[in-house]
Amino acid sequence: MNILHYWRALSGIVGRELLRFLHQRERFVSALVRPLVWLFVFAAGFRAALGIAISPPYETYILYEVYITPGLIGMIQLFNGMQSSLSMVYDREMGSMRMLMVCPLPRWFLLSSKLIAGTAVSVLQAYAFLGIAWLDDIQAPPVGYLWILPALLLSGMMLGALGLLLSSFIRQLENFAGVMNFVIFPVFFMSTALYPLWKIKESSELLYILAEYNPFSQAVELIRFALYGQLNLQALLFTAGAFILFMAAAIFGYNPSKGMMVRKGGGD
Amino acid sequence: MIEAALSVENLSFAYGPKKALDNVSFSVRAGECAILLGPNGAGKSTLFSLITRLYDARQGSIRLCGFDVKKNSRQALARLGVVFQQTTLDADLSVTQNLRYHAALHGIGRKAADKRIREELERLNMYDRRQEKVRQLNGGHRRRVEIARALLHNPSLLLLDEPTVGLDMPSRQAIVEHVHDLVRRQGLAVLWATHLLDEIGAQDSLVVLDKGVVKAGGRLAEVLHATGCGNAAEVFARLTGGGVE
Repeated sequence: MNILHYWRALSGIVGRELLRFLHQRERFVSALVRPLVWLFVFAAGFRAALGIAISPPYETYILYEVYITPGLIGMIQLFNGMQSSLSMVYDREMGSMRMLMVCPLPRWFLLSSKLIAGTAVSVLQAYAFLGIAWLDDIQAPPVGYLWILPALLLSGMMLGALGLLLSSFIRQLENFAGVMNFVIFPVFFMSTALYPLWKIKESSELLYILAEYNPFSQAVELIRFALYGQLNLQALLFTAGAFILFMAAAIFGYNPSKGMMVRKGGGD
Repeated sequence: MIEAALSVENLSFAYGPKKALDNVSFSVRAGECAILLGPNGAGKSTLFSLITRLYDARQGSIRLCGFDVKKNSRQALARLGVVFQQTTLDADLSVTQNLRYHAALHGIGRKAADKRIREELERLNMYDRRQEKVRQLNGGHRRRVEIARALLHNPSLLLLDEPTVGLDMPSRQAIVEHVHDLVRRQGLAVLWATHLLDEIGAQDSLVVLDKGVVKAGGRLAEVLHATGCGNAAEVFARLTGGGVE
């Protein structure tokens, strides 16, 4: 009976997120436009400027578009994770997050369900992006499209957990703009999404270290290798570790006795 | 002795040095509609946050049908229905989709959920509009859907946080009548925060809260007798030093 309750609640939360996603077409389009602009404009412009040497998982010289495709999938998931965190701040202000918190299930389960729901949406977006890239001849081996699924699930959960963690201590929507500037941009640019590590090392040792240990880099590498049917164990462990860390901190943040909610208080 | 649907005992809460609730105690029994009156800043929102367990109080206890909100939160929250001050419906989804989501959160299966949705919506004359998107409904109808939603899982206690704010007179009246009807016919316990004194029925109880302290509590007639006031507006003005609507 209990398990049935958990299952129904999880399907309800995921179903709601998918329905919302289907009903908000502009959200779907805008989620795709951003990486597509990077792919078709930015990457095309930089194609000649950046030489990419052969490095795993690639077995031959590749175009810059091919290199940044996994990075842009990471970007989709990063934005999605932050956006669901934005929607949680918004939801909480509007009360529907409170609605969720009032239901008789453990809070860790509700937060995890919310996370799974957000990840499901980001996986759909990632596949839509891969489809468009495929039409433009940016094609990975067929098996890669299968292997990428577990990688996308883990990276989506990790980035979603980061968003969840941030949402637990952002009270106002206005603060979110700051998070975009202080989290999204540094995380994205200090990573292997746009340039390989050895390229970063050529210009700055510090940036190289930051980029290597950036969980987003690890998520991008996990996706990159999976897309070519390979497992990058280090990236897998690192991404999974970051997920556990962020999730534990987020659950603490939402704990009614200890977390940020008490300190933030509520107006009357 | 029958357990009260809601029992608040010696509840205190502070945001840092600022005390929001100070030794608050009151109870609401089955079949009782308690009106929570208090000016802005009285501590009403804090009280609702603690009852719904948005956060926990360090001092005092809250029990729902005998279950401690902190220790047995799942059993306690299963008996609670809430209508928050701000609307919490998804405007892009239909009435039914919104209600099914809520039913799922409470572990109600699809078939049973659809049956309950029909019952509650029919009672509020909203069943014909179940396929419409919430965006298409006016404020009064949205509120009705939220009340239907709060009752889907057959709670013992209904919390209403100023549910009629911003509604026109007929919509307000419909909601006031519906809730009082539920109290009379089904023995539902209700805690209703409001500023609007014309929503108080003769049989209702009052909990007057000011600066985090309960200034008066009990049946309306008892409170009037104890304070020597002629009506609820006078009680409110005298105990809180504030005007009323």
